[in-house]
Amino acid sequence: MALPLEFESLTEAISGMGVDENALISTLGKSQKEHRKLFRKASKSFFVEDEERAFEKCHDHFVRHLKLEFSRFNNAVVMWAMHPWERDARLVKKALKKGEEAYNLIVEVSCTRSAEDLLGARKAYHSLFDQSMEEDIASHVHGPHRKLLVGLVSAYRYEGNKVKDDSAKSEAKILAEAVASSGEEVVEKDEVVRILTTRSKLHLQHLYKHFNEIKGSDLLGGVSQSSLLNEALLCLLKPALYFSKILDASLNKDADKTTKKWLTRVFVTRADHSDEMNEIKEEYNNLFGETLAQRIQEKIKGNYRDFLLTLLSKSD
Amino acid sequence: MASLKVPSNVPRPEDDAEQLHKAFSGWGTNEKLIISILAHRNAAQRSLIRSVYAATYNEDLLKALDKELSSDFERAVMLWTLDPAERDAYLAKESTKMFTKNNWVLVEIACTRPALELIKVKQAYQARYKKSLEEDVAQHTSGDLRKLLLPLVSTFRYEGDDVNTMLARSEAKILHEKVSEKSYSDDDFIRILTTRSKAQLGATLNHYNNEYGNAINKNLKEESDDNDYLKLLRAVITCLTYPEKHFEKVLRLSINKMGTDEWGLTRVVTTRTEVDMERIKEEYQRRNSIPLDRAIAKDTSGDYEDMLVALLGHGDA
Repeated sequence: MALPLEFESLTEAISGMGVDENALISTLGKSQKEHRKLFRKASKSFFVEDEERAFEKCHDHFVRHLKLEFSRFNNAVVMWAMHPWERDARLVKKALKKGEEAYNLIVEVSCTRSAEDLLGARKAYHSLFDQSMEEDIASHVHGPHRKLLVGLVSAYRYEGNKVKDDSAKSEAKILAEAVASSGEEVVEKDEVVRILTTRSKLHLQHLYKHFNEIKGSDLLGGVSQSSLLNEALLCLLKPALYFSKILDASLNKDADKTTKKWLTRVFVTRADHSDEMNEIKEEYNNLFGETLAQRIQEKIKGNYRDFLLTLLSKSD
Repeated sequence: MASLKVPSNVPRPEDDAEQLHKAFSGWGTNEKLIISILAHRNAAQRSLIRSVYAATYNEDLLKALDKELSSDFERAVMLWTLDPAERDAYLAKESTKMFTKNNWVLVEIACTRPALELIKVKQAYQARYKKSLEEDVAQHTSGDLRKLLLPLVSTFRYEGDDVNTMLARSEAKILHEKVSEKSYSDDDFIRILTTRSKAQLGATLNHYNNEYGNAINKNLKEESDDNDYLKLLRAVITCLTYPEKHFEKVLRLSINKMGTDEWGLTRVVTTRTEVDMERIKEEYQRRNSIPLDRAIAKDTSGDYEDMLVALLGHGDA
């Protein structure tokens, strides 16, 4: 048998995201002892030659890597089967536990879900953790972001189509002034937090339009030093763009362990919302020149890939 | 316990609607008939009567009542007839408007209704006023009042009985520190009051009392009694821990024509009759040595008096 090709396809099967289960069965499964030895000798990233004792040791990395890549499908399935409310409640809890670097998840959940879905997540939080989401966040987050995060998760926004444009305009002015003035950071300004955490998304769209006209610059161009505030704005105003960006980040070859996990989260939490999913697909295509489906096909392997593609096709 | 008395054989909603329609017809209005029906039906029954009335006579019962009745009696009947969530939404809207401003109403609604009821109030508010309660409260308040009221109306409190004793101790300490420093609108102070469950808060405040010798409201009274924010803060705490006491106070002030909450009597009776009016009556008697219905009879008259007294459970079903 042509050994080098086998090695290549075997290595290929366990590199990148997900694992090619079928390839593993047909190559590794069917392999003889000697072939595996040759494979271990050849795979310097996964095995280390102990010359003195004449055997090839596993790198920790090998075991960990496989565990992680095998678990992607596992996690996607568990998350998918779960009730969306529980899913979101657990995401918020996990983010809280992880600390400041994960608070973007709290922003994502509170700003991109519908009012009923966010309320549902808060109900699930009561049931799962015996306390309210807001009390947990309020007691664990200190500093300038507390008011914003508590306000965002406590929101139960109006979702109808009535909007007072002059109110949106005057609030755009307030926001413009807040951004321009020095002193207190934008995210700490009461009026900014009030507007972002209580107004309907439609009102905010109107405000966005007025802000850009007044200021001559884009509200979504990074008006605050707080990345959480900037993210909240993006999630509230252009969720499809937000999701496209984080999907791209998760599929990037230099993505770190945490970022790669975003892929599962976005797919699983958005797949049931066909309209939104279609918007995300369109936005992604516009931004990056290929379709999400193509990208998944190229970059992901095995059951994980098939599962993602199936979720993606629900909105076709 | 509710004070509402409903007959054991409730007439069909069709019959009730017909009687009500008769009460409006011809010269004048038969107020006694209106009271004898509406004051003896629970929320579900009143809702049915409204649907049937609208289907049969092509008019909203509330509109008919508005045309026929007036003054305090009208307000009492209207508020009573509304479904509880709609009623609270109406009261909340009224309380944010300039000339009828009343922050106590918001405190009552946010602190004495169960969490899921409060959600229904918000839904009713959005349906009727095409905006959210939170955005209106946020827009119409500022400074310390907003700092307190906005999280209060936004919160979705956990309603379990679990209490974390260590947490109660540490948060009682925080509260005491802030009270000693007179930092009554401190972030942590407000955080504790506006996010913790009622059970947890109860434990915290008990601990406060045991550890520091005074109930927190006593400490909050040491400032001059003119401070609106502090008055509201005390009302928040009372509503969260001992609502009957708060409602007794509102009733007492309203009946004795003290303070500015003139509609307090109507509001408390119509909003608590189906909830805990019996307890409020006991509290009132305890505190004022006169039964509530007698105090109301002394202070009010006519149809308005009859309506209130009927809701309190006196008179026949």
